[in-house]
Amino acid sequence: MLHLGLIAALVLLQFILPAYHHGNLARIMVLSVFAMGYNIMFGYAGLLSLGHAMFFTAGMYGMGLSVRLWDIPVGPAFVIGIFAAAALSLVVGLLALRTIGVAFMIVTLMFSQAVFLTILYFNPITRGDEGFVIAQQVRQIAGLDLSNPTTRYFAALILFAICLLAVLWLVRSRAGRVLIAIRENEERARLLGYDTWAHKLAAVVMSGTMAGAAGAAYGVLFGSVGASFAEVPFSILPLLYVLLGGPGTVIGPFVGTLFMFYLRDLSSSLTDAHMLVAGVVLILLTLFARRGIMGIVRERWLKWLP
Amino acid sequence: MAAMMLLSTRKLSRHFGGLRAVENVDFDLPEGQIRALIGPNGAGKTTFVSMLCGRIPVSSGDITFAGENVTRLPAHKRIQRGMAYTFQITSVFSDLTVQENVALAVQSRLERGAVLAGEVAKALAKVGLQDRADQIAGDLAYGHQRLLEIAMGLGQSPRLLILDEPTQGLSDGEVNDFIALIKDVAKDTTILLIEHNIDVVMALADKITVMNFGEVIAEGTPQEIHENATVQTAYLGG
Repeated sequence: MLHLGLIAALVLLQFILPAYHHGNLARIMVLSVFAMGYNIMFGYAGLLSLGHAMFFTAGMYGMGLSVRLWDIPVGPAFVIGIFAAAALSLVVGLLALRTIGVAFMIVTLMFSQAVFLTILYFNPITRGDEGFVIAQQVRQIAGLDLSNPTTRYFAALILFAICLLAVLWLVRSRAGRVLIAIRENEERARLLGYDTWAHKLAAVVMSGTMAGAAGAAYGVLFGSVGASFAEVPFSILPLLYVLLGGPGTVIGPFVGTLFMFYLRDLSSSLTDAHMLVAGVVLILLTLFARRGIMGIVRERWLKWLP
Repeated sequence: MAAMMLLSTRKLSRHFGGLRAVENVDFDLPEGQIRALIGPNGAGKTTFVSMLCGRIPVSSGDITFAGENVTRLPAHKRIQRGMAYTFQITSVFSDLTVQENVALAVQSRLERGAVLAGEVAKALAKVGLQDRADQIAGDLAYGHQRLLEIAMGLGQSPRLLILDEPTQGLSDGEVNDFIALIKDVAKDTTILLIEHNIDVVMALADKITVMNFGEVIAEGTPQEIHENATVQTAYLGG
């Protein structure tokens, strides 16, 4: 109910928000899809990745290059982007899950750097650092102009709603409960008869695919594709969103993205050092609110919150 | 070999570097028995049962479970074939509720879509935790966490239940309840019990295996073990 309510509220907001916040919210919804994907791995399966930017960019470039090189319409290109991210996450999962803990973090970080450097290396195709623009006239699906703010808002909302309900379904399913068991105590889960490795691999693929969907949507809706999305800070962002909003909660990633986005927005109007503000927030969080905003809400008031 | 052997090991060994934690153990457990595994600290008991359920790999030797060689199977596949292992150090999912803990144990053996609630309630009622189903496992008293650990084992409806020092830290009253519980469970489950409390062993075991320095030094009925001179020196009389 809460989750349907959130979706309904977002539909209503489209009609009442001023243009500036309206545009922001579309962006926040796409970024929180990225964060929701991250949360599947980190919040539910307990796998901390430091390289999620690679999945975001796999989706983004899978989509973007299909449009740029082969003139594929953005609709099918978006689907290609999602498949690119799914394929990358399967390969990375197969290799990275041979490690655990800190080694896993480092391996994901390294893979992500490899993706970033690959984009730079193939500069003639990817336009490297500069990136490229998806022209406004091709950003259309079934005659709808996705650069139009209202269409864009609803496109972002549809993607957001699908992913939100998918995560909700996942965490209520048996597989979701097993992921939580793995997060809590992997060896115990194994000795209850669960193939924990296969469950973790599935979590990586779902997580990477959702991050890729966010990347592809970002390219389609906002028109830019660039290597800066593959850099390390972009891997840290979803971690921050999830930590702030509440790891292991379904709407936590959205709440975290919303807060972080506006925190950055407000602080950058005061100072250039907006990353400093983000850093301070992260420190305060780890010191005083390890469960994040929705985690605290769940602990204090809403015990049933998935 | 009159009764069917549920579990057998042949020349089972585990070495940690130069340390021979378990050495050439031949072990046979017939279906339906309660077997106690005793021995001084460091005798290799936990290492031995950890190899049985696949927590740690074997160095050499073979394990046969229900007629199948399971030596190379990963832990989760052995569990799916009907083993259950309860941990020596309490190892429940402490952030989840009691009910969710047992549900995880039950769901792994049931068909997709089957209703878990009945089986969960049954396992909880057996250990007497039915009134605490909604409590967070980590908030339970230690004795109750031990019981939850056992309920998770029961929830799996195993053919072989391996209990690693289940009565450690329990009060006398709780120990008596535990003995009654295991007698009841043993009606349809084979039990392998590592236990330090000799009263529990004498009350429950059909047969006792004694380990020392990684080897089996004696095996027999409680009466025979009680009278065995080697055991006396190694363990009981020590």
